Amino acid sequence: MPALFLAQDPWINFDVQALVEQFWFNTVEGLSQGSIYALIALGYTLVYGVLKLINFAHSEVFIYGAFATWFTFYGLGFRPGSTPDLPLFELIGFLLLALIAAMLISGGTAVVLERVAYRPLRKHKAPRLAFLITAIGASFVLQQIIFLWRGGNAEQAIRLMRPEEVFTIFGASVTNLTIIIVVCSLALMLIADTFINRTRVGRGIRAVSQDPDTATLMGVNKERVIMLTFLVGGVLAGAAALLYMMKIPQGASYQGGFLLGIKAFAAAVLGGIGNIRGALLGGLLIGLFENYGQSLFGGEWRDIVAFVVLILILMFRPTGILGESLGKARV
Amino acid sequence: MTAATTTPTSPTKRSGGRPMRERWSKLNRFQQWAVLIPVAAFIYLLPVLNPPILTTEPGYDFSIAMFEVARFALIAIGLNVVVGQAGLLDLGYVGFFAIGAYVAALFTSPDSVLADLPFLVVLPIAMAITMVFGVILGTPTLRLRGDYLAIVTLGFGEIVRLLADNIDPLRGNRGFQDVGAPPGTWSDGSAIFTNTDGKPWYWFCVTIIIVMLILVGNLERSRVGRAWVAIRDDEDAAQLMGVPTFRYKIWAFVIGAAIGGLAGALYAGQLSFVNNQKFDVVTSVLFLCAVILGGSGNKVGVMLGAFVIAYVPLRFLAIAEYKYLIFGMALIVLMIFRPQGLLGARQHLLSYGRRAYQRFLGKGERVSGDSALAGEDRNGGRP
Repeated sequence: MPALFLAQDPWINFDVQALVEQFWFNTVEGLSQGSIYALIALGYTLVYGVLKLINFAHSEVFIYGAFATWFTFYGLGFRPGSTPDLPLFELIGFLLLALIAAMLISGGTAVVLERVAYRPLRKHKAPRLAFLITAIGASFVLQQIIFLWRGGNAEQAIRLMRPEEVFTIFGASVTNLTIIIVVCSLALMLIADTFINRTRVGRGIRAVSQDPDTATLMGVNKERVIMLTFLVGGVLAGAAALLYMMKIPQGASYQGGFLLGIKAFAAAVLGGIGNIRGALLGGLLIGLFENYGQSLFGGEWRDIVAFVVLILILMFRPTGILGESLGKARV
Repeated sequence: MTAATTTPTSPTKRSGGRPMRERWSKLNRFQQWAVLIPVAAFIYLLPVLNPPILTTEPGYDFSIAMFEVARFALIAIGLNVVVGQAGLLDLGYVGFFAIGAYVAALFTSPDSVLADLPFLVVLPIAMAITMVFGVILGTPTLRLRGDYLAIVTLGFGEIVRLLADNIDPLRGNRGFQDVGAPPGTWSDGSAIFTNTDGKPWYWFCVTIIIVMLILVGNLERSRVGRAWVAIRDDEDAAQLMGVPTFRYKIWAFVIGAAIGGLAGALYAGQLSFVNNQKFDVVTSVLFLCAVILGGSGNKVGVMLGAFVIAYVPLRFLAIAEYKYLIFGMALIVLMIFRPQGLLGARQHLLSYGRRAYQRFLGKGERVSGDSALAGEDRNGGRP
């Protein structure tokens, strides 16, 4: 009988042919999704580097940015459904407006979160685990605020831009949307990397990350640095939210951040949490693995791939591919 | 423990519940039973008494509400072994719960192609299978610590849920109807265990809880339990002192998993329906809330936490919509003001040892570092 149970029909198939056929398509798709993951992963990595805390509520920070984008578009008079034909100049203006709104809301949420939830814990010198539990609690609270306000259904996505093929690479079409997403993310990552490695504030962040007590003695305002770290992470999550809303069909939902957040966290761990370049590498890799896995095993297995990759990586390389290094990065 | 010495809370404030506990442990066995037996009788009679303030009616059937509470208490006892005793933060406990529920469904539901087994036979099978999964999950992941372990277990919980979604024989959203129940009929011929009457299920579950409390309690006082406490408080030191930490962590995982699987099977039996919708991470976090809220490491505490988590939304249906919001806020506030939970965990053995040590040093009584969570702090109080 058990044999019969197992033999029913295969639950999982290895479609190698599909993997080969759709390889380039998946590569393009994976890179554009992966760069969104990378932007979110940067928030996890920065906070982890400074506080040694997995900011569980970062996915909610992201979702707040997604809602900010949606409401900006809605407020500008756009409605879900058809994509309007906008002149380029206006389009850029609207997108910038949404970007600023998303960055403000996400950054603000992250800073408020730090103030309300994590700072009192630091004052009480709470144990590490208390921080994680608080992060989970904060994630619940932020999620439920959205849920009670907007209900359980996702907001229909509002699109300002139609994907149009710009060129093809080995038969896989690259759309203008893909280019914008990848270029924007890479640019933001570059700015963030420069910010951490080249500026005075960035030096403070690295100092606190390496040794908070000595950094304080050296005149670094630790509380301010921590706040700034949350702000940077939040702002990047806001930017990621705009790119996400431009790309992903489902639109914004109160629990939409959860899976994305976990994948972004997996990306951060994959590259080595606490390592900015690791977040980029991990994000792109998770995006690629996910899309290859989707072809190989079938669409419904897509989400499992990220978790399995996470578990495998942690088993064999607990510090990720590039290792933890926010505090050790040299100028 | 570094966290304990740096905690600004005064020791007198910390040991708030001590006199009560001391008085209790000074009573002899007979006197303890004299208190416990009426309490147990009251607990058994609860759904029949249906006390006016406690009742959840008319909004929600009281006997089923009590079963929900008992089920949550059983889960909390199981998770407490993992989180409270061994100090392993498990965010994927719902995975074991789900496996238990699915095993019960697969072996008893007519929707499944597998042979029909009696429900009572399936319970130990469910425990055995979840134990196997505990080993499968534990072996690769228990080398990780703290936050990483939490995330990996979370991933595991999600994998179990996604598998239930995607594997055809597990029937995804359609689920399994008519999951079995223990045998027996009332004198008028109607079945005792139905999904409309929670009372027999409640009694059954309470009995299991009592058995589990005795088993887990004995385990805690055994060599295994002491090894767990050692691992929880300082894993490196425990390892250095010759405790095979890995083996005991697996033990904790497996025992916790078995209890979770048992609770899952009971849940499936009472509801008589299983599908993929009820095993998400939020549920897992609620289980963890029960343990943390009551005070991880303390069996009475976690049952209290489970009672609060399961009972409050059923009693106050008006606020049920806000339950996650309230739990989230409660977690934040609790962690700020009382990270050890409502009833702080106090390992008898350890506190006795410490008190003896303090007396030996002539410093009088001072119990510190009771928080089960304090053991996580490897950064000298730095977050």
